[in-house]
Amino acid sequence: MNDTAERKLILCHLWVAFAAFIVACFMGEYQVLERSGLLPILESPSVYFASVSTHGVLMAFVLTTFFIMGFGYAIASSSLKQPIWNKPLAWGAFWLALFGVVLAAVPLLSGKASVLYTFYPPMVGHAAFYIGATLLVIGSWIWCAIMLIMFTQWKKANPSQNVPLAMFATAANALLWLWASAGVALEVLFQLIPLSLGWTDTIDPGLARTLFAWTLHPIVYFWLIPAYTAFYVFVPKQAGGFLFSDEMARMAFIVLAVFALPIGFHHLYMDPEQASGWKLLHGIGTFIVALPTLVTGFTVIASLEIAGRLRGGKGLFGWLGTLPWGNPMVLAVILSLLMLIFGGFGGIVNASYAMNAMVHNTAWVPGHFHLIFAGTTVIMYFAVAYYLWPLLVRKPLFSNQLALLQLWTWFIGMSILTTPWHVLGLLGQPRRISTVVYNNLLTLAWKPYELMMIFGGLILLGSACLLVYNLVKTQLTPYAEHFTDEIDYAEPIHKVGVLPEYLNGLTVWNKVIAVLMAISFGFPILQFFFMDTFGSSAWGN
Amino acid sequence: MQTEPTISKNIQLFREFVSYLRTLHIDNLEQKWITIAMVIIAFLVGIITVDALFHGINPPSKVETIDSASAHLSKEFAEDNLGVQRDENGKIIVRMVALRYSFIPKHLEIPAETPITFRWVSTDVLHGVNIPMTNMSTMIVPGYVAEVTTTFPKPGEYPLLCNEYCGLGHNHMWSTIAVIAKEDWVAKSTPAPSTLTK
Repeated sequence: MNDTAERKLILCHLWVAFAAFIVACFMGEYQVLERSGLLPILESPSVYFASVSTHGVLMAFVLTTFFIMGFGYAIASSSLKQPIWNKPLAWGAFWLALFGVVLAAVPLLSGKASVLYTFYPPMVGHAAFYIGATLLVIGSWIWCAIMLIMFTQWKKANPSQNVPLAMFATAANALLWLWASAGVALEVLFQLIPLSLGWTDTIDPGLARTLFAWTLHPIVYFWLIPAYTAFYVFVPKQAGGFLFSDEMARMAFIVLAVFALPIGFHHLYMDPEQASGWKLLHGIGTFIVALPTLVTGFTVIASLEIAGRLRGGKGLFGWLGTLPWGNPMVLAVILSLLMLIFGGFGGIVNASYAMNAMVHNTAWVPGHFHLIFAGTTVIMYFAVAYYLWPLLVRKPLFSNQLALLQLWTWFIGMSILTTPWHVLGLLGQPRRISTVVYNNLLTLAWKPYELMMIFGGLILLGSACLLVYNLVKTQLTPYAEHFTDEIDYAEPIHKVGVLPEYLNGLTVWNKVIAVLMAISFGFPILQFFFMDTFGSSAWGN
Repeated sequence: MQTEPTISKNIQLFREFVSYLRTLHIDNLEQKWITIAMVIIAFLVGIITVDALFHGINPPSKVETIDSASAHLSKEFAEDNLGVQRDENGKIIVRMVALRYSFIPKHLEIPAETPITFRWVSTDVLHGVNIPMTNMSTMIVPGYVAEVTTTFPKPGEYPLLCNEYCGLGHNHMWSTIAVIAKEDWVAKSTPAPSTLTK
């Protein structure tokens, strides 16, 4: 954020993220509409599944990866107060990732890769889809390297000083993502690309699913950590107070990075290719990773309480009223935490091992992840965008009122969308169906909920348009005065002394991750090479 | 041997880590909250673990491979062997094949309040199956036999739905299952005739 060139780099990343986001929002609304059967003219499974696949890729891979990269550059340059290391390389990563997205978009949009963003072999899409996705991931790996190099260089140049919390979290996320993406990279490079190019004839879907499960849990923490970072390093200051505890924040990020990794089998609870002991082990790890989220909830609410009381709030809940509800960052964190409470509860249900049978692959699951990702996480992406945009374009935000309206409508729309979605799951509706054609009485009960979802989606679409409008207007409205604001990081309420290496570095945690991964994935992956497995031939969609 | 010094070095490291942990500033309130959070987590993990280890409540996890491409030629999943059967011990076993876009057979009749073992294979892509309002749910991964044992307490007509995306016709993939009162259910110990419908 130190000069125009750096601001341009960050802005380009964030624009790609939000461009993908707005396109995917239109697709989302089309999908709830198509699925409800309200407009028979829309009914087309091939368009529907091309749209579902593209919506998933844009939201889960493009919005997140580009946002996280741009956010990381902003954090690294502003918190370490040093230029971004090797800017040409950073631009190279940007263009490589963008080229990958365009390459993958061609088969996705033309219906030649309607295999959903979770791949699902032995169904196979066009090779360009897998190669494009690979380039996107390689671009993100370069970003990881830049983050870790800047982290290490700063530590070397500033011995016996604590790495700023914001950078510590970002470096932890880079390390997490390098580990997380290795699983899907193995699947794509050694199984999917060779199969889609015809170099191999068969694939073992059991091994492919195991490798994908390696990635599938930590990837959601990769998306979530920037939101948590904003919770800790922006929110307390914006609310007018202090961070409750710097050390506990670091502990939370460490436990997230370490325990998010060896627990992916909760996605395979209902799968036949892994034994119950391994599933139970991963299940227990899944519950452990709830701890840093519970700690985060406490620290963030405590920080808000400090701010509310400093602003004159009294009594048990009086501090809530004195919080600056007109500040987008503060409003967003309150709405985000509300959605986290409900989404977290649903997550505990999903995680509950054999009980998962009641909700597995029902509409409950997309209901859950929309609430926790598109709700809790993405609303913080909006807050960060409202906060960073003026700093990046050196102009004030076009409209604070519109920003508040946008955040409220996103929250309301997401509540209206995801509540019936959860109910549909409990009523047994499978996920990923393009229409309801089951000749059964049960399905009559589904109808009103599907109609409610259209309404929720419509509010969300309007909200998404408001966001983009506000950001565009901020950038394009002329501003004559000199804009001087900079990123303002929150201070901890207790001064932090020199931290031990395990709270200030990641080397030791990297080793812990290696050991845990070897324990939890070593045998489950190797078993496929020792037992008699039978490959499956490729199928189109 | 190298192991002894390594072990003592690691113990030393762990001791240092614990002593660092003691110097950490953790607020009193936060400490209480962490304790509460850990108790909640331990409680939930405890229930799940006890149920898994002592009551045998686990998700379907029988790791058994099969050559999906020639499953129809196998003795077990040959067409006339599909459907509801009673094995030599009197156990009720249901064998079904999942393929784009059907479950075979199309309709089943099973007794209520009786443990029933389902065995599923896919002959093509990934499928999943659940019976709404029950805990009969499993993924059907080609190359593996998915086995679930469960009991249906309530008689009634249930749909049996594919719940994993298996292609553009995914939502057309379903069968029905009639759960009937135990005493009304006429046991068929001989292999059921194929009920494959066109």
